[in-house]
Amino acid sequence: MSQVQPSMSLANPHPPFFDTAQRIWAGISFLGIGMMGAAGFGVASLNKSHFLTLSIALLAIGIIGFSYRTFLTRSEGIKNNGVWFSSTMARGMIGWAAGIVITLFYVLLYWYPAYLGLGSEGGSNVGLVGFFDPLSMTFKGVPASQWFVYGTLYTLAIVLFGIRFIWRYRHNRYQIIRTLSVMGFQLFFAYMIPEIMEGLNSDLNTKWFDKDLKNMWPLDYDFFDQWHIANMSTTGLVGWSFLIFSLLLIFFISPLLTYKYGKRWYCSWVCGCGGLAETAGDPFRHLSDKSMKAWKIERWLIHGVLVFSIIMTIAVVYGYLGDGNQYYITRTTFTWIVVSLLIASAVVMYFFMRKNKYSGESLNKIIAGISGVVVIILIINSLAGSGNAFFVDNYFFKKWYGLLIGAAFSGVIGVGFYPLMGSRVWCRFGCPMAAILGIQQKFFSKFRITTNGGQCISCGNCSTYCEMGIDVRMYAQKGQDIVRASCVGCGICAAVCPRGVLRLENGSLDIFEKTENVRNIHIRPEASTTS
Amino acid sequence: MHVVILGNGISGVTAARWIRKLSDHQITIISSESQYFYSRTALMYIYMGHMRFEDTKPYEDWFWAKNRIDLVFDHVNEIDFEKKELKCNSGEEIKYDKLVLAVGSESNKFGWPGQDLNRVRGLYSLQDLEYLESCTKSMNRAVIVGGGLIGIELAEMLLSRRIPVTMLVREEYYWDNILPKEEARMISRHIRRHGIDLRLQSNLKEIHDDGSGNACGITIAESGERISCEYVGLTPGVSPNVRWLKESGLNINRGILVNQYLETNINDVYAVGDCAELTNPVEGRRGIEAIWYTGRMMGETCAYNVCNQVRSYDPGIWFNSAKFLDIEYQVYGEIPNQLPGAHKTFYWEHPDGEKSLRINYHDRDFHIIGFNLMGIRFRHEVCEKWIADQLPIEEVMSNLALAHFDPEFYDAHYRDIVKSFESQSNMSIEFNGRVNLNRVLQFLNS
Repeated sequence: MSQVQPSMSLANPHPPFFDTAQRIWAGISFLGIGMMGAAGFGVASLNKSHFLTLSIALLAIGIIGFSYRTFLTRSEGIKNNGVWFSSTMARGMIGWAAGIVITLFYVLLYWYPAYLGLGSEGGSNVGLVGFFDPLSMTFKGVPASQWFVYGTLYTLAIVLFGIRFIWRYRHNRYQIIRTLSVMGFQLFFAYMIPEIMEGLNSDLNTKWFDKDLKNMWPLDYDFFDQWHIANMSTTGLVGWSFLIFSLLLIFFISPLLTYKYGKRWYCSWVCGCGGLAETAGDPFRHLSDKSMKAWKIERWLIHGVLVFSIIMTIAVVYGYLGDGNQYYITRTTFTWIVVSLLIASAVVMYFFMRKNKYSGESLNKIIAGISGVVVIILIINSLAGSGNAFFVDNYFFKKWYGLLIGAAFSGVIGVGFYPLMGSRVWCRFGCPMAAILGIQQKFFSKFRITTNGGQCISCGNCSTYCEMGIDVRMYAQKGQDIVRASCVGCGICAAVCPRGVLRLENGSLDIFEKTENVRNIHIRPEASTTS
Repeated sequence: MHVVILGNGISGVTAARWIRKLSDHQITIISSESQYFYSRTALMYIYMGHMRFEDTKPYEDWFWAKNRIDLVFDHVNEIDFEKKELKCNSGEEIKYDKLVLAVGSESNKFGWPGQDLNRVRGLYSLQDLEYLESCTKSMNRAVIVGGGLIGIELAEMLLSRRIPVTMLVREEYYWDNILPKEEARMISRHIRRHGIDLRLQSNLKEIHDDGSGNACGITIAESGERISCEYVGLTPGVSPNVRWLKESGLNINRGILVNQYLETNINDVYAVGDCAELTNPVEGRRGIEAIWYTGRMMGETCAYNVCNQVRSYDPGIWFNSAKFLDIEYQVYGEIPNQLPGAHKTFYWEHPDGEKSLRINYHDRDFHIIGFNLMGIRFRHEVCEKWIADQLPIEEVMSNLALAHFDPEFYDAHYRDIVKSFESQSNMSIEFNGRVNLNRVLQFLNS
């Protein structure tokens, strides 16, 4: 082991946190993005397959090179050096600019795809969408759509920033395996398999349905739409397999896995939204708001979206079931199925919350109240033979849900606000899937984050780097296990803890008393010594 | 009743929180360091850019008013114990019925020439951190004097700003006045691997003045070598911050002397945390233990006594933790640097030289005494129960995986460890490999 010579001097002892090599790598990736940008702004001569290949290659080389330089040239371990000094990562100028640019991209994507170059009325694509035509032709022999461009960029982001993430946490095998999992699910299940399958089965192109096996209602809010069900049930074995597997996933596989491992099995191992947040969003994870106020807003908002999505789905299905009896069940049967499901889940919830002792009467009342109102309105309309489930046009909910939640919340705000509010804005405040899994996780799951006896030093790294804005320290310094509906089990709190205080664990023995042990109470009532 | 707590560190704040839980007393915390409680242990992370200052505050600002704890941001210059009154810098006088002194430590200085120059400072308070930040811009090299937990933190901080660091350590290996030799050697190796110029068995002779009152270099006593630097970090430990109380009538040795109820010699005055010195510490423990965890325990114990529910201070089984650059350290029970006569030790080190486990046990009945861990996390409660129940080492070895606390999918080294123990001790161990949380819970509840 050689000693460092005291005369050793660095050329510049106070460089910025980025050195020349990092700047060159960043420059290369910007060149790749720049080509896409130039194509987007109408440099038509770029719309050739080799330019697309070159652009993606530059992007990939740049991001991978930058990550290599940043993380593999220093020792393994947690090094969040300079995170809060960075203009990009700490809401500086670059952060704000990035937020605005991504937000604008999403606005164009959802509402003005023509500006991205989508050919109108059968016309050929130009601009950014046209730039991706060669790739789309390769996969399925049709020109690109704006969604193909989006899917490609999305997958690229998860894979490339996934490599960055793995290098950043390369000392931590939980992080490596989890990230390989989200990368794989996105690359294969959400992108390659659906695209290739469409190429192989031309009727899948015309009869579109979501072929992403891991996408689940209610996150996949189109799932119970008439056209979606119809397309699945008329595309033979492929379609039927998707339909049956998806239903199994929603009603059986998901509750079981959540019971065993918590919602992390989905949110930070499988989900695409989670996948992007964990990889491309990782540099912004600390920007989530940890205040009690944010937690209150979160609970109202996310459960509000859940209620909205359930009502919307009921209305949509109720609407098309009226068209006749080609759907095996009638509107009346559907009404009674929904009514019994709602009542059953309210009763189950009531039972588990009572057992858990950690929720007030008010929560039970709210759940009972909402389920009650929905049930009564639905029964009234059904008995009256009304065509509408909830007095207004059935499609009314769907229209607004799609606009407000599907596009504005999950897309524009969900990703556009990464550099401003952290990487999990959608997952934390909006995702109805996360809401359902969260309720299960809190009241009937073996999962919790254990705190290690009295070892917490209240430093705050765990809370700071919690992307879901959980004030982990609040629990850790009390020595109380963390059982929070929102926890996606990413494991970063345990990774950044400098004292080995946190561990993600599953255990069935204390499932209803997980939070009762408060280890940092030093004096027990019985330990009194009277003088 | 008005309880005034002087100092808003972990000890003072824990006392305040527990007094609030136990009573309806009026509570005031006075501090001149920061308006709100922050975690001192997190100072380094602010400088390194891991966190902002506000992220180090364990409670949100509304917490204090909600719990009716008044915060006064002022400096107390003098205490009149007769009149039960504190005289603040602002001129304000605050009366108390009971007073808790939680005034913490100050950095040690050992009378070195030049120790009071500019750009020479310890690292203890928020003000120290601000001073370091103000010196950082024109720093080409820093010298750290003293190898302890603060010294290594300061070195890591400066490295994060890419400032070369020389570290003078008096001992043969880093922190070997606390760590057994193998661990001390491992950490010394690790320090050098990070590019820190670690000088072992080196004492400071003097700090040089650049002519305008700023430090510009140091000389090492042993070698006479002179090293230029723009900052000298003095981190040879801390002592109770009691100089200003020497003439006050309080009984003071090195710290403010307290009995087992944390009462000082003056009625209705208590002392907790770093500044307190126990007159009769429990067996095997020191009078002053300036660490986070004991501060927290003292604060809680003191609150009971302030509220007339008499409890004597019992720190329980020793534990502590730290992080040396990338290596986490945990200790449970008694692991002195020199093995006591009646103890045996078992030491295992991973081939990568950055993970180790030491278990000390009694040489007669083989009951377990303590654990020292580098780069491996163990479960506090399990270790504590093993030690408290005085389980024999064979039983602990068989069930070693019960203490497992590393993240999921990490390599567990227990089979290697057990094998190594078998060959060192000639004992045969039946190792229970797979352990899950349910078994841990069953063990803890048994």
